[in-house]
Amino acid sequence: MKRRKVDLAQAPVTLAKGVDERYQVATPLRALLNKVFPDHWSFLLGEIALFSFIILLLTGTFLTLFFDPSMQEVTYHGAYPALRGVDMSAAYESSLRLSFEVRGGLFMRQMHHWAALLFVAAIVVHMARIFFTGAFRKPREANWAIGVLLFLLGFLAGFTGYSLPDDGLSGTGLRIASAIMLSIPVAGTWISASIFGGEFPGHLIIGRFYIAHVLLIPAALLALIAVHLGLVFKQKHTQWPGPGRTNTNVVGERMFPRYALKQGGFFMAVFGTVALMAGLFQINPIWLFGPYRASEVSSASQPDWYVMFMDGLVRLMPNWQIYIPIGNGYSIPPLFWPAVVGLGALTTVPMFYPWIEARRTKDKSIHNLLQRPRDNPERTGIGAMAFTFFIVATLSGGNDVIADKFHISLNAMTWAGRIGLLIGPPLAYFLAVRICLGLQQHDREVLAHGVETGIIRRLPNGQFIEVHQPLGPVDDHGHPIPLEYGGWVVPKKMNRVGALAPAIKGFFFPVEKPAEAPVSPGMPPISAEEREEREEITSGR
Amino acid sequence: MTTLHDETEAVDVSDPRLSRFEIVKEGARRDDIEIVTYESQFHGTDSKAEKRVVRNIALLFFIAGIAGLVFLAAYIWWPWEFELGTTTSDYYTPILGISLGIALFAIGFGILSWAKKLLPHEVSIQKRHDGGSPTDEQKITGQTMLFVADELGQGVQRRPLLKGAIGLGLAPLGLAAAAPLIGGLIQNPHRDSPPMMFSTGFNSAFNDGKLVRLTRSDGTPLRPEDVSTGGQLTVFPGIPGGATNQWADSPTLLIHLRPDDAEVARKNADADPRNKGSMWGDYIAYSKICTHAGCPASLYEQQTNRLLCPCHQSQFNITDNAQPIFGPATRRLPMLPLTVDDEGFFVAARDYKDTVGPDFWERP
Repeated sequence: MKRRKVDLAQAPVTLAKGVDERYQVATPLRALLNKVFPDHWSFLLGEIALFSFIILLLTGTFLTLFFDPSMQEVTYHGAYPALRGVDMSAAYESSLRLSFEVRGGLFMRQMHHWAALLFVAAIVVHMARIFFTGAFRKPREANWAIGVLLFLLGFLAGFTGYSLPDDGLSGTGLRIASAIMLSIPVAGTWISASIFGGEFPGHLIIGRFYIAHVLLIPAALLALIAVHLGLVFKQKHTQWPGPGRTNTNVVGERMFPRYALKQGGFFMAVFGTVALMAGLFQINPIWLFGPYRASEVSSASQPDWYVMFMDGLVRLMPNWQIYIPIGNGYSIPPLFWPAVVGLGALTTVPMFYPWIEARRTKDKSIHNLLQRPRDNPERTGIGAMAFTFFIVATLSGGNDVIADKFHISLNAMTWAGRIGLLIGPPLAYFLAVRICLGLQQHDREVLAHGVETGIIRRLPNGQFIEVHQPLGPVDDHGHPIPLEYGGWVVPKKMNRVGALAPAIKGFFFPVEKPAEAPVSPGMPPISAEEREEREEITSGR
Repeated sequence: MTTLHDETEAVDVSDPRLSRFEIVKEGARRDDIEIVTYESQFHGTDSKAEKRVVRNIALLFFIAGIAGLVFLAAYIWWPWEFELGTTTSDYYTPILGISLGIALFAIGFGILSWAKKLLPHEVSIQKRHDGGSPTDEQKITGQTMLFVADELGQGVQRRPLLKGAIGLGLAPLGLAAAAPLIGGLIQNPHRDSPPMMFSTGFNSAFNDGKLVRLTRSDGTPLRPEDVSTGGQLTVFPGIPGGATNQWADSPTLLIHLRPDDAEVARKNADADPRNKGSMWGDYIAYSKICTHAGCPASLYEQQTNRLLCPCHQSQFNITDNAQPIFGPATRRLPMLPLTVDDEGFFVAARDYKDTVGPDFWERP
């Protein structure tokens, strides 16, 4: 029998051909490999959220193998001596076991928690990037709404997650959650009783939160993330304006090889950051809080950072109760406004912002070029307003700690928060708008007169003038011809081209270096010959 | 700029003289991409700069490998089981974190410098195709959808029996599908007797009609002399499991006021129809569950006779029926009527008159 000769070099070719014959992937695969992505550091913020989510799935799956979502009362006999003999729920007991009696369990738990904090933080920062640069404008309105929804889901995932260990801190959080449900007019008691399966705390809530946390919410997150990324893919990424970049093209790198490789490296760096934080910084040390007891709480009880704004709003809300004198009398407790209406409004109103803005500006055109925050002062002002509100609310969520550490009266902190919440945002709006206009003006000044060089020249008639380095062509008198405002970075530092060697070295390096490699078509690297063609700017000696 | 790539001609990819990159370029052209620059970041081959970059990347990968080994070794051999006091096992998690962090960072930066410094620099321009589909396509799809709608819709319009059947026949099915999903969850908060929203463990109905004793968390009953003047103690209903979370509304703060404070407190309590006569001697008991959000209002400031809830900083005046004096709480803390039974132990004269815990819609 003749042995068949196997040509190893041809094997991949044969395989690829076989795959394509069956699935016709050659064309779509090429389009994928070739897809051009614009690059800018600010485009990576959303990816931090994506990578944190992957870490959350990996570590979370590990945690489920040890966690017992049961509220059965057990007595602790584990490795942590301070709690031995204490009655606690099986959920708390298994969380302790996970922390003390599973090899590397604490590391995984802390990694999961830090990744969760990073996940929500990255979502917020990414959202700010999208907002302040106007990336949500047509045709990307729906993706913005999906993003807001992802924040809400992240918030819920976080809340259900840190409620699971059933420790002293998270149990108090659950208690507040039940009070928030109770505060809903008409249906409050029914909602609370239905969710907790009777009166708080009941025996069901941890199990219910568990299935929400490990199945329902992650599934919704996964589906929405897929749609979110799919839309970015389909609609192509926005880009900053710049030479050669228009509303109808994408200037950047093809996805393969360089762009994808950079993404991989960045994922590893994010992963590494989470691992370092998980190893070095303790998070949620549940064994110090003890099991949940309805009668116990310690001061400085703070939720995770992204829930603190709600806690802050609840703290700042004045004790205004609405009584409705019908029959036995009904009431709407003050908790309802910040916790139910507040959270509802803060997560749904922003969803509609793209349409609100488009309607206000009557702008129906498609935008693929980003705006710098300074180029749309009003939007920047609104964003500054929202963030000031968020920051005041978040700080108020820890106002007892601030009062304690800085020796301020607690009541003064509450009043400062109440007043700050009202006057801070408008003030931020005003300041942001003024700063934007000022920055715009400076850009326009440079475009009109050139870059300031700091060189003072004395003319033969004794007059002193400051030399400006023109950015573009000059007229017969050597004055720069004013350039059009382009909504993109204007050089503010004197360019090295045509200037003397820098006199000062170091951090405050006053002269810009020429680009070593092109960053955009139309911005070629400066060659040596070109350098000599241009006139040197001298001090006139 | 955007029209640049239109000027580039299609090439015949079967031409054997084409280099691989030229074929790649042709593929890019077909995807509306113009590769403007794709050039090495180094001058010539084997430049010193290139070698340095390669050395750095290799070093990073080696560091990743070593840190990975350290992680594995520590994971396996470092003592990890918890012991009391400062022991080597305290360093288990930090060592895992540092070694894994370094390994991942090194890999990350290795890959990043590979991509950023070693791979050729590239600028490509791809055309976008914004806006809608061609108008005739829009029209065809629109008409198709209208056609489908007509077929189904008019069919129903023409056949009234079908219309009724869809409405009456399918709506119950939809509700039937939803009902078991939601119905099983619904609980009537007012079902129990005594009603759970309005009663605590101090209700004698839970103690076979006998008055409920005030107990410590371990279930032992209390005599008045167990709480010293100016002192306070968290007490629970003296029923089985009274100190557990099953009776989450029941924790109560028993305070032994100083005589002058007690006098003020008694005067204020007696002026209130609901709290009249609820104190026993200089002892006063308030529900510990904050009327705002249900946290235990557990910080007792002896000097000012204030009770502070650490969750949202509501403050209650102990000597004035626990009226809220600051913060988001609207309602005073309910007072538990105290008395002492035949054996000299504290008992609740009856359950709370006011509703315990956070407020809700139908609270009278």
